[in-house]
Amino acid sequence: MAEMDTSGGGGHKKGPGVKKSKKLSTRVDLTPMVDLGFLLITFFIFTTTMSQPTAMKLNLPKDTDKPEEQNKVKESGVLTLLLGKNDQVYYYEGTLAPDASNFKSSNFKEIRSEILSKKKSTDPKDFVVVIKPDQDCAYKNVVDMLDEMLINDVKRYATVEISPVEYQLIQATEKSGGK
Amino acid sequence: MPKVKVARKSTSIDMTAMCDVAFLLLSFFILTTKFKPSEALAVVTPNSVSAKAAPENDVVLITIDKEGRVYLSVSDKNTSEKRAIIDAINTSKSLNLTAAQKAAFARANSYVGVPFSQLGGLLSTPPDDIKKIKMAGIPVTDTLNNQLVDWLLAAKQAFEGRKMELLVKGDNDSKYPSFQGVINAFKKNDLLKFQMVTNPEGVPQGTELYRINKEKNK
Repeated sequence: MAEMDTSGGGGHKKGPGVKKSKKLSTRVDLTPMVDLGFLLITFFIFTTTMSQPTAMKLNLPKDTDKPEEQNKVKESGVLTLLLGKNDQVYYYEGTLAPDASNFKSSNFKEIRSEILSKKKSTDPKDFVVVIKPDQDCAYKNVVDMLDEMLINDVKRYATVEISPVEYQLIQATEKSGGK
Repeated sequence: MPKVKVARKSTSIDMTAMCDVAFLLLSFFILTTKFKPSEALAVVTPNSVSAKAAPENDVVLITIDKEGRVYLSVSDKNTSEKRAIIDAINTSKSLNLTAAQKAAFARANSYVGVPFSQLGGLLSTPPDDIKKIKMAGIPVTDTLNNQLVDWLLAAKQAFEGRKMELLVKGDNDSKYPSFQGVINAFKKNDLLKFQMVTNPEGVPQGTELYRINKEKNK
């Protein structure tokens, strides 16, 4: 079974009187070799990595206390995204209304269209996305959101610490269970 | 009546071809892959569409694990920088570390994840036992006692004149405050450029970036 057949035509009968020379078979059973090959393949597949980890660049703005050095943005061009726990995203455009009427909740699937529509409706000069992760938000969400900026080709975005008012709003929304 | 002869087929198969395939695949895998580095810290990184490979040399890596504990490590090839870092920390915090303890920090695959008060103890642990200890993590969330600031200051001085690659490797489930603490430590040291280690992911079709990439490739 499973040999390399190297002996020539062989097997035709020899007439009487012809001396039988002892032929050593050159057939090698290759089955163990195949076994070994596949064993090594599985070993290499399991112990190695194919994909190199990639890195995402992020530049931080310099903190300045002097108001004249700070970047000014038009309030109307700002889209603020608040990241809550359990992959929840909340957002509002411009400034937060005192009665929080423009505070809306969303999720990672729907936020893309929201960013795009805001991007289309505002002047590219004024368009800024502000990302505010709260205390319960996972690191994954922050990276996902920064990734979303890359995907949607948002030129200007910043991560800013969440304000207590916004955090309370998120808490209240979470308590009431959604919308 | 002639007997119907059932032709007996041989069950032996020529294994040569299969053997060829097996070894071809084997050589392919050996040549294309790289061994997984033995990672002491299990961290599942998030995905991103970024296609740039993470740097390997001159790296100062900040790892944030599931529970938000922060660890610091320096790439293995930068032994002299590692020594400079631990010397600077030793002097600035007057920890009175011994030469052996400093050598432990310069060892390959070393990482620290403890407050300064426990650093001496950690560095005296034999390398085989390091994985067993549960480190408390470098304190970062407390703004008054953000010890990563001191570590980064030491690292910045050690890499003076060279390009230091600042990497943050965070776990999917780690909470934001630790990351915020790390960023604050960067800002305090004026290190405003850093990179986050991620797993590559395809760009979703139909998005802006997808369109841009397509135009670039044209």
